[in-house]
Amino acid sequence: MSSEALLAASVSGDRLDLLAAGEWTADRANDLERLVMAAALPPQSPIKLVRVNMAGVAKLDTYGAWLLERLLRGSRESGAATDVINLHDQFRTLVETVHQTTELPDPERLRRKSVTDWLAAVGENIAEVGQSAALFAQMLGAVTFAFLRVLWRPRTFRFTSLVNQIDLVGWRAVPIILLITFLIGAILAQQGIFHFRRFGADVFVVDMVGILVLREIGVLIVCVMVAGRSGSAYTAEIGSMKMREEIDALQTMGFDPISVLVLPRILALVIAVPMLTFLGEMSALYGAGLVASLYGGIQPEVFLQRLREVISLDHFMVGMIKAPFMALTIGIVACVRGLETKGSAESLGAQTTAAVVQSIFLVIVLDGVFAVFFAAIDK
Amino acid sequence: MSITDSGFDFLSLFDDGPQPQLDISQDIALRVRNLQVKFRRQHVLKGVNFDVKRGEVLGFVGASGAGKSVLLRTMIGLIQPTSGTIEVFGQEFSKAKELREQLIERHWGILFQHGALFSALTVRQNVQFPMREYLDLSPRLLDEVAAAKLKMVGLPPEALNKMPSELSGGMIKRVALARALALDPAIVFLDEPTSGLDPISAGEFDNLIRTLQRTLGLTVFMVTHDLDSLHSVCDRIAVLADGKVIAAGPMSTMLASDHPWLKAYFRGKRGRVGSTM
Repeated sequence: MSSEALLAASVSGDRLDLLAAGEWTADRANDLERLVMAAALPPQSPIKLVRVNMAGVAKLDTYGAWLLERLLRGSRESGAATDVINLHDQFRTLVETVHQTTELPDPERLRRKSVTDWLAAVGENIAEVGQSAALFAQMLGAVTFAFLRVLWRPRTFRFTSLVNQIDLVGWRAVPIILLITFLIGAILAQQGIFHFRRFGADVFVVDMVGILVLREIGVLIVCVMVAGRSGSAYTAEIGSMKMREEIDALQTMGFDPISVLVLPRILALVIAVPMLTFLGEMSALYGAGLVASLYGGIQPEVFLQRLREVISLDHFMVGMIKAPFMALTIGIVACVRGLETKGSAESLGAQTTAAVVQSIFLVIVLDGVFAVFFAAIDK
Repeated sequence: MSITDSGFDFLSLFDDGPQPQLDISQDIALRVRNLQVKFRRQHVLKGVNFDVKRGEVLGFVGASGAGKSVLLRTMIGLIQPTSGTIEVFGQEFSKAKELREQLIERHWGILFQHGALFSALTVRQNVQFPMREYLDLSPRLLDEVAAAKLKMVGLPPEALNKMPSELSGGMIKRVALARALALDPAIVFLDEPTSGLDPISAGEFDNLIRTLQRTLGLTVFMVTHDLDSLHSVCDRIAVLADGKVIAAGPMSTMLASDHPWLKAYFRGKRGRVGSTM
């Protein structure tokens, strides 16, 4: 007996005899489908009866049974009666089971994108932005409320959690922050010296680096690093807690997830980010001074002297005052995204990405708002 | 498991030779001999011996922590045994990894306790995942067979386009069963199939397993704690305790046994309730 799936057709009068043989199994399903398609009746055929002789079928699984079913259905739709003979008893239940599949799914089609789809996507995105803003405001309110409640009853505050979070997002971030800002300071100084030297204005590098680092770059670099390092971690932590119903568990035990999970994390960021900003700024200035003396020939004494002349406390304060606000933004976005996580692993990934992208974007927007504000008050 | 295994398919692109065939008409579907599994300090399985005959439903019971899950995970190749052999239709696979990938995994289906559906894929894609991997089928046939499988496990075709996160616990189990049956396997491993289901759904699921087992001629290896399942579905029961199989046989043997643990398990308060049904 051949192991291949076979289907031989012969017509006698208005009867089509199909002789099936071989293995009607998943492995042969591809060939078998072709045979079944070939045996399908053309429209308005004179055939009145399709008789399938299954005597030669040695093996039959769901795939084979389904293709038999498809053959019979196709024949009936063309107006012919059907008849299956010599089906082995062991296959009978399977064929009957498959016969019960009545509704067939629509094939999964890739729809072609039309202009309306494009417009719909734009609309959805805009609605999503609005929704994000609403969630942000909601979370800001909830965190403020939780904070006020903690001020009212300081004993309810999770101090251990706060210290632990400061350790994670502050202390452990120090090496990477120092390294990155050192490199940024050094690169700024090198670029400045390279281009200012043409005008014989080498020493103005100190002005540029000092103002840039203290007012803008220091805090921005630190915030971008923190958003990538700690914001993503917040989203992933809270998101996976949400997925495993841990947050629901907290709620049912009478705990407020905002004060237990979110507030300590956000406060930790608000405390840690200004510290990291200060360290980062010092590191960047050190890098700049080192490059200035090694590459630009500006002696450290000259560098420091110039720095004292051009940098006022205002420049430093402008940078530092932004840090806690940016930290708050990062923390809120990260926690909102974490709580928005749905059941799937994919959703967690999407929310984490969204948290990092949104918080970096908002940090830069906030920086712009501060720039306008400080310009308005002449600082 | 399937996710990592899907990557191995490219290996088989390079051998054009005839693929070895697994003879699934043998009488003994699974033969486990002297299986031992040691972790760093724990000696979990201390020489497990049993057979599963073709076409029978074997229920495995044991106290929590007795090593049932380790046994199941060892049998499906997720844990490497310390010593001993596992034969699937006469092929010893614990050492021959290629054999396992090409042959045996094509012939078994596994229902994990919590379904283990791929959360990023729809129900349709979940059920079709093994089919796409192992068979070369037209999209139309893929869809039709997926619908037939869902019908077999008692789900409407509307469920095809849902995501796993939109399904109830019972539906997840059914979809996972449909995925386990996707390739028309010869052996099905079920890890606590009725856990987390209400008694009615659990009873329906038991009937479903029994019906499918008869329809498709499956060999079923089932780890369960559900006494009703043991009564209604299992042909034989094996009891794992202290790292060994301490008893094996039909329900009547279990009920007649004088072993204290078996007495407590099958003739305890909950056991009697089960046996009256």
